Amino acid sequence: MSTTAVPPKKTNRIGLEVLHYKGSKTTLCAGCGHNAVSERIVEVFYEMGVQPWKVAKFSGIGCSSKSPAYFLNLAHGFNSVHGRAASVATGAMLANRDLLGVVVTGDGDTASIGIGQFVHMLRRNLPLVYIIEDNGVYGLTKGQFSATSDYGAKSKGGALNEMHKLDCCLLGIELGATLVARTFSGDKKQLQAILKAAIAHKGLSIIDVISPCVTFNDHAGSTMSYAYVKEHDVALHELDFIPHYEDIHLEMEEGDSQDVTLHDGSVLRVKKLGRDYDPTDKMAAIRVLHEAEEKQEVVTGIFYINTQTKDFYETLNMTDTPLAALPETLTRPSQEALDEIMEELR
Amino acid sequence: MSTTLTSLAREGGGAVPQRIVNDFSLQVATANGSGSQTSNIVLMRAIFQMGIPVSGKNMFPSNIQGLPTWFTIRASKHGWIGRKKEVDFLVAMNPETARQDCLELEPGRVLVYDEPLKLNELRSDLIMVPVPFDKLVGPACPEPKLRKLVKNMIYDGVLAFLLDIDMEEIHKALFKQFGPKKVKAAELNWGAAQAGFNWAQENVKVEQPYHLERMDGNKDKFIIDGNAATALGCVYAGCTFVAWYPITPSSTLVEQMMVYLRRLRTGPDGKGTYAVVQAEDELASIGMVIGASWAGARAMTATSGPGVSLMSEFVGLAYYTDIPAVIVDVQRVGPSTGLPTRTMQGDILSNAVLSHGDTRHPILFPSGPEECFSMAGEAFDLAEHFQTPVFINTDLDLGMNVWASDPFPVSDQPLNRGKVLSSDDLERLGGFERYRDVDGDGVGYRTLPGTNHPAASYFTRGSGHNEKAQYSERPEDYVNNVDRLTRKFESIRHAAPRPEVNCLDGAKIGMVYCGTSREAGLESQDQLMREYNMPTSTFRVRAYPYPDELNEFIDRHERVYIVDQNRDGQLHQLMQLDLTPARVAKLRSLRYYNGLPIDARSITDDIRGKEAE
Repeated sequence: MSTTAVPPKKTNRIGLEVLHYKGSKTTLCAGCGHNAVSERIVEVFYEMGVQPWKVAKFSGIGCSSKSPAYFLNLAHGFNSVHGRAASVATGAMLANRDLLGVVVTGDGDTASIGIGQFVHMLRRNLPLVYIIEDNGVYGLTKGQFSATSDYGAKSKGGALNEMHKLDCCLLGIELGATLVARTFSGDKKQLQAILKAAIAHKGLSIIDVISPCVTFNDHAGSTMSYAYVKEHDVALHELDFIPHYEDIHLEMEEGDSQDVTLHDGSVLRVKKLGRDYDPTDKMAAIRVLHEAEEKQEVVTGIFYINTQTKDFYETLNMTDTPLAALPETLTRPSQEALDEIMEELR
Repeated sequence: MSTTLTSLAREGGGAVPQRIVNDFSLQVATANGSGSQTSNIVLMRAIFQMGIPVSGKNMFPSNIQGLPTWFTIRASKHGWIGRKKEVDFLVAMNPETARQDCLELEPGRVLVYDEPLKLNELRSDLIMVPVPFDKLVGPACPEPKLRKLVKNMIYDGVLAFLLDIDMEEIHKALFKQFGPKKVKAAELNWGAAQAGFNWAQENVKVEQPYHLERMDGNKDKFIIDGNAATALGCVYAGCTFVAWYPITPSSTLVEQMMVYLRRLRTGPDGKGTYAVVQAEDELASIGMVIGASWAGARAMTATSGPGVSLMSEFVGLAYYTDIPAVIVDVQRVGPSTGLPTRTMQGDILSNAVLSHGDTRHPILFPSGPEECFSMAGEAFDLAEHFQTPVFINTDLDLGMNVWASDPFPVSDQPLNRGKVLSSDDLERLGGFERYRDVDGDGVGYRTLPGTNHPAASYFTRGSGHNEKAQYSERPEDYVNNVDRLTRKFESIRHAAPRPEVNCLDGAKIGMVYCGTSREAGLESQDQLMREYNMPTSTFRVRAYPYPDELNEFIDRHERVYIVDQNRDGQLHQLMQLDLTPARVAKLRSLRYYNGLPIDARSITDDIRGKEAE
């Protein structure tokens, strides 16, 4: 019998291997931006040592909404109906406030059929990581424009989009999301940093990931192709995420960076790139997005973060115990209390 | 000839009308928003306090102010509290409807009216009591702005005199209605009621037949509307999550539930053991309910037909993915916007098969406030045990009208939270398959997200799935899954609330109905027996899927009338899907759908007519 020692497997801070964060094999097209997003999610949850069974995954319908099956198999997942992941996630998170909720939807889900649920979700600031895998096109129904397609973009068949686009980040900032970011599925480092910040943030995070569709929206004339985004991507800043469990002494870098302390004690370090930008300034965030559209730039980064607003649990004055875990003794009032009510009605 | 206080035309040529005690219906016609609801409730409550079985039904418009509204109070020593078809005693306050209301009365009935309406010019075969309300309200209410509101309280005093209601009872009811915070308003109104009584005592010389006498028919009872009863039922069923969108006639259910939740379910930390979300629409409401149920909360929504239509896609998802949900449908008149403030049992068929594809959903049919309370608990237990959406179909008549109710018993049974595996279970079992029918009842075992075990997770999807909850388009997997759902529905048939059956000796005819048709059904059974010597049996369906007892009931009778409060005979149609052709052949459909609560006389006349054919 061999006594050769097996090399110890690489594990994270809670003793799990990266395979514990994997999902099923993807059925999306080779090269689809969504697969890169799933990979980043696997890496980030592994690196941060999140217990996968404390995560709940939600999606609607569409290519993007298939992706929760491709990461974190050890988390419960809910692939619901088209455009309605927001409401399902809202109910689930209110039922169990200890969950870490991740919603993955597409631009059809979020910006068209589900725009009603999206904008009302924004108003509540319920802690959720809401990811839009945004490719400007309907993939499963073979290439129609979506509401996030740029004005003037060309479809694969040559049709011109003459409808104005709907900017989910602008809506997010306007309507109450407390972390709003745009990134590119091909920008591994930035996507990771934003995901980590969103996990640490106790509030609603909107992450619009430009995630090109290799089959229906990767041609010349598209404004969401790999080539176009790479060429027009302008990073607003460089992002560093310093997790709370790493005992690193943070040295202030005078003038060049800004630190935002997140709810779990982690720090988001925002380093200046070219321009001065304060991501806690709501008006600046709105301005930068409007300017980007004018200049036809794909500006990426964390546009806005606000760690001061109360979350929806607080607004609803909910007890700290998850509702799903409350014992009957706390959820069933007494016969005496009912007798009193009936007496009042006599 | 016109009638006045002193010159009266009476039925039967001037004979003293026969005294009718504790058995008549009284209707008050006013304009919406004129404060008449308070006077009407005070009147009803005073009669209730006298121990007389009484019901109050509000026929109101979809409007904030100005459109006509009618409130009907029925006193019945026999305990018949369904709507009475005929109006015996009318109070005409609304100039817009007074003429028509007056013309519709049967001869010999009593009409109290606002004197300037001059209804005496219309008919001479009624007992008329003109009241100078405007002259009386001035001294009773010095503040001109409030006169419109106080004016209606005057008729309470007039009626107290005419009907022999003890003014002490009016006083008690009035101060109860206004509560301790509005004593000034109560005093003002009390003055108006007294003014009405005193005026009547001095000026009304007519004899009229309808009178009230104390009895002991309301022992232990209290007054509550169906929506409040359902709300309390949900609070006592341990409901922890509510998502809703306001819609008449269900809004007051959740509004009252929020009041009870704050009162009964605030913990020592001052925080709630619940969450109530007013969502952006009914799609979001049911989506949140499904999400919350999936994550382990007892979750519900309340709505009406238009809201249920919007929930259709999500309800199909919950059915196909085995997720509990309680949906209270306070039915109103459809289709479309329909008559939003009128009653109908119009959503039976659509709720039973809501959503595309093959679906079936259980429905509970409460008939009164006691069952609103108890069936709320049963609905949650059924929904969680069978992991499926359950409807509670009440209606506007039950939900928004006040009823005298027997006390609600709190269940001493533990809640049935269904087949939920804990981390310990998973440790013992090593794993589980979400949609495997382990017990043969069509219900698989589930885990809740957040369960602290690597084997806990599964993937919920509205697309095709196999027993392991994996994506599957295999024909065998599809058939296997939907056949399991059929088995589950059969299991529900045996677990749902049992029917209320009342067979008379020698009955060859049966009557089947549900929900608020109960009062009219039982009264019609009594009328058919007393007036026509025709024994009948009644069978009240309390749940869909229909119980096996229905087969036996049909077999015992030659003909069975299915009583529906809708145009298409929905209760009847749904039976046709379930029953054998031989049994279906014995069914006859009776349909009532004018937006008013069903009445016994119509059923009696229709059964008599059909039996004579």
